[in-house]
Amino acid sequence: MLFIRLWMFFAGVLATLFLGWAALIGVPGVQLASVPAQPGLRPYTYEEMHGREIYMREGCVYCHTQQTRPQGFGTDQKRMWGRPSVPGDYVYDRPHLLGTSRTGPDLLNIGARQPSRDWHLAHLYNPRAVVPESIMPRFPWLFEEKTGTGPQDVPLAPGSHIVATREALDLYAYLLALNRTYPVRRAEP
Amino acid sequence: MKAPPLEQSPELVSLRRVLDESAAVPVLLFFATGVLWLLAGTVFGLLTSLKFDMPDWLAAIPALTFGRLRPAHLNAVNYGWASLAGAGCLLWLTSRLCMTPVRLRGGLIASVILWNLGVLYGTGAVLLGYGGSVEWLEYPLPAAAMIGAAFLLFAASILQTFRMRSVQHLYVSLWYTVACVVWFPFLYVAANLPIYSGVVHGAVNWWYGHNALAVWFTPIGLALAYYFIPKVIGRPIYSYYLSLLGFWSFALFYNWNGIHHLVGGPVPNWLQTISIIASVLMVIPVMAVAVNHHLTTVGHFRHLRSSPTLRFTVFGAMCYTAVSFQGSLESLRGMQEVVHFTHYTVGHAHLGVYAFLTMILFGAMYYITPRVARWNWPHPGLIKLHFWLTAGGISIYVIAMCTGGILQGYAMNESVRPFAQVIDLTRPWLIARSASGILITGGHLVFAYLFAQMLIHAGPRRETAPWEEAAA
Repeated sequence: MLFIRLWMFFAGVLATLFLGWAALIGVPGVQLASVPAQPGLRPYTYEEMHGREIYMREGCVYCHTQQTRPQGFGTDQKRMWGRPSVPGDYVYDRPHLLGTSRTGPDLLNIGARQPSRDWHLAHLYNPRAVVPESIMPRFPWLFEEKTGTGPQDVPLAPGSHIVATREALDLYAYLLALNRTYPVRRAEP
Repeated sequence: MKAPPLEQSPELVSLRRVLDESAAVPVLLFFATGVLWLLAGTVFGLLTSLKFDMPDWLAAIPALTFGRLRPAHLNAVNYGWASLAGAGCLLWLTSRLCMTPVRLRGGLIASVILWNLGVLYGTGAVLLGYGGSVEWLEYPLPAAAMIGAAFLLFAASILQTFRMRSVQHLYVSLWYTVACVVWFPFLYVAANLPIYSGVVHGAVNWWYGHNALAVWFTPIGLALAYYFIPKVIGRPIYSYYLSLLGFWSFALFYNWNGIHHLVGGPVPNWLQTISIIASVLMVIPVMAVAVNHHLTTVGHFRHLRSSPTLRFTVFGAMCYTAVSFQGSLESLRGMQEVVHFTHYTVGHAHLGVYAFLTMILFGAMYYITPRVARWNWPHPGLIKLHFWLTAGGISIYVIAMCTGGILQGYAMNESVRPFAQVIDLTRPWLIARSASGILITGGHLVFAYLFAQMLIHAGPRRETAPWEEAAA
């Protein structure tokens, strides 16, 4: 007892899904397809892309957003986390890493807020060494212990035998590239 | 002497037995593998929660870092447990409602194998660091393709059984069942296409993430609640017309909801607004379903004591009403300003997928398993224990996460408060969540033990077996 014919039921079922797709993906897809990168944004380098893969591999996205909210909506502006982000800030992000959770702070402009390599490496090795209240995981596998360090090695601290691997350095390069502090030059939807 | 009611006539009893036999092997395979994923997913979930309390525990093992355990948990419980158990329930339900044996059973066996290999591959990949970091879509493409193909085999069986139906009347549960097996493949394929980037990818991500609930998980829960509440109580659904309104408004509004996950983010404002409007419009289908379920139950609460199926299902149906109203409220900008990015969202998600869907799945499995395994649940006391551990556990979970989340949200919106203080503020609520996780884990162990006994016909043989019983 559907009160309509069966083919109409199936047509309705397909139509409702299609309508939602058209509204939420189709139209914005067309609207945003023409949005070019903001003039201040540059593509990621090879190292930064590799760092981004480490960021994805370790699931950083589950605690850190990469989107800054406008004045009057939360306190991102007052916390100096950066101007509200726009679609043109994300043109090279594939996949997107907007995030939905702020167990940790937003990272869209972490490269501007905290550019220190020493800080980031120490923080990745043991977050509680630099932020005692932190509940972030440690990532010791991004480092290795060496008996003797050479000139290319980046130790955690002067004289330390714990040195950063290529993965840690590239992850740092990516974090440093998270910097959307350039002004928005083009109005966007 | 009173004549037995029509539904207990010998012809119908023996027909039902034929139907249940046709469903037995595939349904038990879906259930059994689903229970294994429930256990695995529970371990991942509990470890994830404990990581908040003890971040230095098991900290040197890459596969057990928070950022890999969390997606492993989400995917194992959704694509493993809820999808497999749900698919098993829908197979049995379709056969019963269409009064015809389950068709394409060979395909179903292939489906179970492929589905499990896909979940195993995908979850293993996430743990080993090959997850895609796109929430709900972390599985690598080959794993997603295996699950998609398995789903098509399952959908083909449902649609073929439906086509061979020997009834005129199409009960409400069948509308939801047939609709969801048509919807989900389109959704899953569209979302997994590796063609998106930037903000559009964010929109696709949440169009999918929310729709996985809208077009797959929620229809399963509603189809089962619509079936079991009237079935166990023994009275018809309160209003048939209302269920029609409920279905079509559900189909129309639910799949416009997804972008409320990006409120305040860099997506166009109009897009956020239409998703908020659609989320509020969800009040219509939810009211229709709520009135139908609750007014069918009202006055018959004594059955909750005797029927585990009804107890779990009514608990789930009540949580559906709660989670839906919560979701409509939560989508509003004023609320999003506070709770977006907090643990509140996690509480909401568990009120949906666990307190609503998983509890209804347990209820359905308590009804279906004895009929397909031809053995009665051996320990009624353990079923009660299972109910109270899971119902109590998830209640603590949701209250802790939602309260903690609101406090966390207000604290984050006080710009003078250092971020470290926000973390300190959430600690006790996260410990409460881990405690609730221990209760829930205990409940799942009890359930898995009971289910294993059903499979091997162990435990005391109880007097009345349900397939011999007259009453439901």
